[in-house]
Amino acid sequence: MDRIDVLLVIARVLVVFGLLMAVPVLLVWFERKVVADMQNRVGPDRAGPWGILQTLADGVKLFFKEQVTPRKVELGLYLAAPLLAAIPAFLMFMVIPFGKPFQVTLGGVERTVPLQGADLNVGLLYILAMSSVAVYAVVLAGWSSGSKYPLLGGVRATAQAISYEAAMGLSLVPVVLFVGSMRISEIVAMQGGTLTFFGRAIGLPSWNLFVLAPSFVIFFIAAVAETNRAPFDLVEAEQEIVGGFHTEYSGLRFALFFLAEYINIFTMSALAVTLFLGGWSGPVWEGSVPAIVSGLLPTVWFLLKVLVFLFLYVWLRATLPRLRYDQLMTLGWKRLIPASLVWLFCIGGALAFRQFGTPWS
Amino acid sequence: MGPVEAFLKGMAVTGRQFLATVFGKGLVTTKYPQVMRDKPQRFHGRHVLNRYEDGMEKCIGCELCAGACPARCIYVRGADNPTDQPVSPGERYGFVYEINMLRCIFCGLCVEACPTEAITHTKLFEMSTTNRSDAIYTKKELLVEEDGRPNHMFEADRFADYEELGEADGWMRATSPQGRAAYEGLVAWSGSAGVGVRPAEEGQSSSEREDSPDGGGTG
Repeated sequence: MDRIDVLLVIARVLVVFGLLMAVPVLLVWFERKVVADMQNRVGPDRAGPWGILQTLADGVKLFFKEQVTPRKVELGLYLAAPLLAAIPAFLMFMVIPFGKPFQVTLGGVERTVPLQGADLNVGLLYILAMSSVAVYAVVLAGWSSGSKYPLLGGVRATAQAISYEAAMGLSLVPVVLFVGSMRISEIVAMQGGTLTFFGRAIGLPSWNLFVLAPSFVIFFIAAVAETNRAPFDLVEAEQEIVGGFHTEYSGLRFALFFLAEYINIFTMSALAVTLFLGGWSGPVWEGSVPAIVSGLLPTVWFLLKVLVFLFLYVWLRATLPRLRYDQLMTLGWKRLIPASLVWLFCIGGALAFRQFGTPWS
Repeated sequence: MGPVEAFLKGMAVTGRQFLATVFGKGLVTTKYPQVMRDKPQRFHGRHVLNRYEDGMEKCIGCELCAGACPARCIYVRGADNPTDQPVSPGERYGFVYEINMLRCIFCGLCVEACPTEAITHTKLFEMSTTNRSDAIYTKKELLVEEDGRPNHMFEADRFADYEELGEADGWMRATSPQGRAAYEGLVAWSGSAGVGVRPAEEGQSSSEREDSPDGGGTG
């Protein structure tokens, strides 16, 4: 590893960072616009063309607002919590590939540059770890605010995170078993070809979605709960507990929580795409189109697939009322976790059968 | 209905509305200051004082409008017409005419009471002021010019639509003379400066035009 490699790594990280800074700005606008359409409204349309700069304007406003610090807060944690929300959100995306690796010759050596922050061999585990760390931010923000509604939000966050973290982890085990690796790039590579069903090609890409559909459903529900989005937004339920954990936050600190929330939505959508919809894989028509186009097409496919999930997130938010607390717990513990355990058992049995044959033979 | 079925049904509702809005149906919002929605013919907007087509003021200073006003927002003082230069065709004319728009409830009783169709509504409703005294419209703002163009409280108001302000006689046009259905289609009032005689709104009564006493005609 020479100097150029180090520079390439830094460049990659900066690209991911830039992407993640741009995404919330567009995503908030996208959400407001789509929700407006679903409610027969116009939505933001004043700042920039189609109101696309609305989030930027809001961000500037929040940047210049006073950051009120209530007297009863536990100052250290109160100040740390927004950062604790934002940093894992950025880190989580670092292992997700958003394009095909490409070759460049720099300094006389041909190098392969993967379009992802870091290709960890425990990528999936790392993602689960980071999403768990992100929960601390909500819990600590709720507790350190020294106020009753944030505390309620924090307590809810704890219960919700424990319940749905379990379901999410269990829903991902079949993927790991099926692919045989926790390295995200291998999970994507595995889904590159076309699906064969008992030796016959059936004209579908070999996405995990078609093989592991129950896992996908459980994962997506858990991911919505994990990002505290409607209908699982009990943590910040405005109608019951003001703003939940971020009630006492204002200005830039409040903006950081929102940044983290929208980055998490993007990351969870990207994760769903990567694990179940083949990541960046898709037709690139290599040879018939210019090299630059076929090099960029995987990224386009990736972003388009992510967009589908982002739309689904917004669609859910525009449609579903918030779950009651006991409904949330029932869905988590009595439906999702047993279902994922049964499914794990089935897929484990099927894979064992494929590898070892019947136990009596 | 099971939860999954209910979930899908709910998603279908929002999905349908989304498609409807994206394809231009279902959206009822108009971009208001840029795009004005068409107003009903009998819209009760800001008042104007009309002139005859020869430039004479229609107001004769009889104060019937002030008497009819339930909000008591009209103040009129009549004065004898100067014999050498009469302002109105009658004996007297409206010397002072003021309407307090903060009090006005836009009921239109002044328009109904007026014997000469001097005061009428327009379709303009943007009358917000930053000052209470600006809400008192005097003869300067109310009286239309010789060419029939009305004045506005704020000349440079970019939201004021002078076309709408010019659409006087909304009530008069929308109804038959004296509100009697038998006279539908007849114009019983004299022309105003700028706009002349405006035809009455049709469809006031179910009776045929021929049944009216004068045997019809639009005037």
